[in-house]
Amino acid sequence: MWRIIHQFGSPPWVYRFCDRVIPWLLPLTAVALIVGSAWGLLFAPTDYKQGDSYRIIYIHVPAAVVSLAGYYIMAFAGLVSLVWRIKLADLAMRAAAPIGAAFTAVALITGAIWGKPTWGAWWVWDARVTSMLILFFLYVGVIALFEAYDNKTIAARACAILSLVGTVNIPIIYKSVDWWYSLHQPASIKFTGSSAIDASMLYPLLGMIVAFYALFALLMMLNLKQSLTSEYAQSNWLIKRITT
Amino acid sequence: MQFDSFAAAVTMGGHGGFVWAAYAITSVVILVMIVRPVLSTRSMQDTIQREFERKQAHEKDAS
Amino acid sequence: MTDQSGIDTLQYLSGQTARHVRLQLASPSEIVNPLLFFLLVVILFPLGLGPDPERLALMAPGILWVVALLANLMICMRLFVDDFEDGSLEQLAMASTPLALSVIPQLLAAWMTGGLVLSLAAPLFGMMLGLPVSAVPVLVASLLMGTAIMLLLGAVGAALTVGVRRGGILLALLILPLYIPVLIAGTRALDEALHSGDPVVALAFLGAGVTGGLLLAPLAIAAGLRVSLEL
Repeated sequence: MWRIIHQFGSPPWVYRFCDRVIPWLLPLTAVALIVGSAWGLLFAPTDYKQGDSYRIIYIHVPAAVVSLAGYYIMAFAGLVSLVWRIKLADLAMRAAAPIGAAFTAVALITGAIWGKPTWGAWWVWDARVTSMLILFFLYVGVIALFEAYDNKTIAARACAILSLVGTVNIPIIYKSVDWWYSLHQPASIKFTGSSAIDASMLYPLLGMIVAFYALFALLMMLNLKQSLTSEYAQSNWLIKRITT
Repeated sequence: MQFDSFAAAVTMGGHGGFVWAAYAITSVVILVMIVRPVLSTRSMQDTIQREFERKQAHEKDAS
Repeated sequence: MTDQSGIDTLQYLSGQTARHVRLQLASPSEIVNPLLFFLLVVILFPLGLGPDPERLALMAPGILWVVALLANLMICMRLFVDDFEDGSLEQLAMASTPLALSVIPQLLAAWMTGGLVLSLAAPLFGMMLGLPVSAVPVLVASLLMGTAIMLLLGAVGAALTVGVRRGGILLALLILPLYIPVLIAGTRALDEALHSGDPVVALAFLGAGVTGGLLLAPLAIAAGLRVSLEL
């Protein structure tokens, strides 16, 4: 156990690990995304109520799921960096923030596109959409705070504290937005998802969620490798690894 | 296959524009997120490589 | 821990709080400015929405709470700035008392001269927007608790941004998303009171927020201040 933790704290080891995993993960993720999209777009049955516009679900929901998980991953990396002062945890946290923000943006954009044919408006103050928007601002806050500090070690500590405070608050925010929405729900747009989704629609969705998690992992590794390269450009181990 | 023809898959009963636009935007975002760190890492690695070769040549000249 | 040290802690807290309140009272503009801001924004709404009393009364809970939230944001922007610049914050962090404990008097004093005053003045602004007198107790109660939560959350943001140049707008970006549950519960309580419902659930939610905030926020504030002080 301690050996594993020790290895994840060692930049050369993580760099090698990324180097070894990326060539496998990249094609795997690409295939999973393409197969999943094709399945959802062309083979899953048409929804009897919404028609074909529901097919956006196969990117909207996975993006939303992963963006929420991404915040927790970022906060966990922040906790590790606060407690053990591991440089790699800083880098992981720094990598997770923009990826998570991008996934949140994808969820919001696809949600808006989905909303137009479903609700007749690009933007509806639905509970889940609103929560997503708040999550987006939580991510933007972490990124902005990081950029505000010149000293990046201190910036990482500040961001770690902020993301931990956010972690405590996210469940409260989500619950309160649900509460707010249930009280103000306009009768005209009562749309409560598909309560019993058929297996033929569910399997491609689950597949896409797995593919998006793989994509998140891949993006994390690509970004980690990038920040390791810039952080340790003067280190012997990196020069040796690149030049041989 | 849910659709009888290519045209049916494109239009999706009038919702095609929305569905394909959502997938297109997502693909672009994903591609950018993958390509950006790859390119930046590669250019940094090239710099390190060149620096290393320059130093080696320099050492050879000195000896 | 003996009883004696418990009493000492209480004495320390009350003494420090009194000191901070006196400091705040020495510069009354810091107390009056948020109030004037509150009043001015409240005036803007009838001018923007039209003077129809019924419509204003309908929107009063939302308007009052959003403006209270913004006024609170203003208070948070000033929170640690002076102490950070004159170095007394660093002294506090170096002292033997844990920082998470020694920031509490400052927060208490800031709430007494900020949130408390705001909550007590709010009925006046509510009346200007046609809020019925029957809703005033709930307005004051919800604001008393809401401003306390918002101050605690805002102090975390203020602690993290006090060392940053132009931290004001950054602070707003950091803490406004965190204020949303407070806004929802506060307006909910008022809506219930207006439509003869039961505001207790929403008020209990705010009460739980104050308790949880008092337990957790000082730790985050202390950690944030240490980051800003680069300790």
